[in-house]
Amino acid sequence: MSAILQVERVTKRFGGLQALTNISFTLETGQILGLIGPNGAGKTTLFNTLNGVYSPEEGHITFLGKNVTGHKPYELSRMGMARTHQIVRPLKDLTVRENVMTGACFGHENHNLTAAAHIADEIIDFVGIKANPSMLAGSLNVAQKKRLEMARALAAHPKLLLLDEVLAGLTPSEIDGMVTTIHEIRKQGITIIMIEHVMKAIMNVSDRLLVLDYGQQIAEGLPEEVVHNPRVIEAYLGDPNMARRLMEEG
Amino acid sequence: MNKNTLFHPGLWLTLAVVALVGILPIPGQDAALREVSFTVLVAIVTAGSLNLLMGYTGYVSFGHVVFYGLGGYIGMYLLDSFGVSLPVAVLAGGAASALLAFLLGKGILKLRGAYFALVTIGVNEAVRTFVSTFEPFGAATGIELQFSVYKAYGGAAQALWLVYYMVVGLALFSVLASYFIKHSKFGLGLMTIREDEDAAEVIGIVTPDMKTLAFVASAILPGMMGVLFFFKNGNVEPGDAFRLGVSIETLVMIMLGGQGTVLGPVLGALGYQRLRGFLLTSPLFKNTQLVVAGILLLLIVLFIPAGAVGWLRQRFPWLRKVLA
Repeated sequence: MSAILQVERVTKRFGGLQALTNISFTLETGQILGLIGPNGAGKTTLFNTLNGVYSPEEGHITFLGKNVTGHKPYELSRMGMARTHQIVRPLKDLTVRENVMTGACFGHENHNLTAAAHIADEIIDFVGIKANPSMLAGSLNVAQKKRLEMARALAAHPKLLLLDEVLAGLTPSEIDGMVTTIHEIRKQGITIIMIEHVMKAIMNVSDRLLVLDYGQQIAEGLPEEVVHNPRVIEAYLGDPNMARRLMEEG
Repeated sequence: MNKNTLFHPGLWLTLAVVALVGILPIPGQDAALREVSFTVLVAIVTAGSLNLLMGYTGYVSFGHVVFYGLGGYIGMYLLDSFGVSLPVAVLAGGAASALLAFLLGKGILKLRGAYFALVTIGVNEAVRTFVSTFEPFGAATGIELQFSVYKAYGGAAQALWLVYYMVVGLALFSVLASYFIKHSKFGLGLMTIREDEDAAEVIGIVTPDMKTLAFVASAILPGMMGVLFFFKNGNVEPGDAFRLGVSIETLVMIMLGGQGTVLGPVLGALGYQRLRGFLLTSPLFKNTQLVVAGILLLLIVLFIPAGAVGWLRQRFPWLRKVLA
């Protein structure tokens, strides 16, 4: 197995605020990395730094063997990195199909409109959007918008997919459906990094976990190891018994 | 390009409206009617062009008249000083505007929203001031064509008709361009930028290049139209070429008809020019047509921000099949 992404001592500051400090990890092709941590720990900031929305002050990011530190989001997207947003960003006045087509047209594979429309219809079906593809995206409900966000990212046929809290706000049965979808995406050979608060789900799907707290990387490893790491329990959950309770509640 | 796009009734409806306006004065060779149609067709082209930037891409330019004025000046200069033929001058006017848009685009399209809109006003004022003192362009007095220039086209009367036919052609072309851009991959990219520019970058759209391309596309036809207008006029001067009010009126037309649609700017241009014709000839309103334009803009933004065509498409979804 080879590394698809290498992050070395990445640091991001906003003025005086140290948002990320010395983050380093290596992601193997085909794996799922879970990114967890309390609110404000810097998880979304790390995503924004990985996909070029922010440029890190220090450190290097290597994607597919190429140094991509400071590259623009569209350059990374074209290389095969796709992402979803925690707060969904549907293109409201375009149809559901057009939304998904943008991923196929402008992402990694650069398809023409006709091919993109075919891909869009397949992906809409795959992620389980029930709405009519000719409907305007603005009229979908939140759960459907989350799926739309994922469909748009998947339509690019990315090599690396960044999922930012795709399970948040979903009902337990919707979460089960989404977890199944994530397993299927992985079967297609797509490497995934996902930010998630739903512990049961992330324990279930992740090969490895990375834990952030106040912009610091406090643990990295197999899920079982990480959740029993006293530092994680202290920083992230506060109280060791809370961890067990959260795991049981899902 | 699939068949459905080509046979969309909305395209044919829009072309029919423009063709009707264009053909009306031709059978009777009616010069008065020709002037009315001429004004409407010029407005259709400028509104349709600005719509590429404003309606499709979501960038409002208040100073779009700069391309019309600059194109006009370049064309008139070539006609007057080098004796080039009219079609060459028209193409040169379009090319000059495209070049200005390209150079500006790289710089000012980094700005978003109100900042971009403000800078476009500044650009127009800067170009106007520059031209007012630029000796080869006749500085403050501008360029006046010798009457002999029209002789090559069989006299002034014939030349006016020739200009008119070219304007009709450009108006039809502008509808085709608006429609096919909207239904192209380029158009999808522009609309993605309009909806959410940050998301567009993440999706993989090279936004600086695509916005520049949209700016260039929106500048070409106004540049060509400027040459035809001032050739017909016989002279061009800074005050006429870079009139900010014209930009505002173009915005009103787009908002009135429906931004981001193909038919909207055409209907808006038609409706607004009719209204303007009425206001200019009415003793009560003749000096206040821009006031009326301002009030109209305010009312549209407040009550029907999608414009007439946009409102109809929202209210009656089946109309989407008919209205492009």
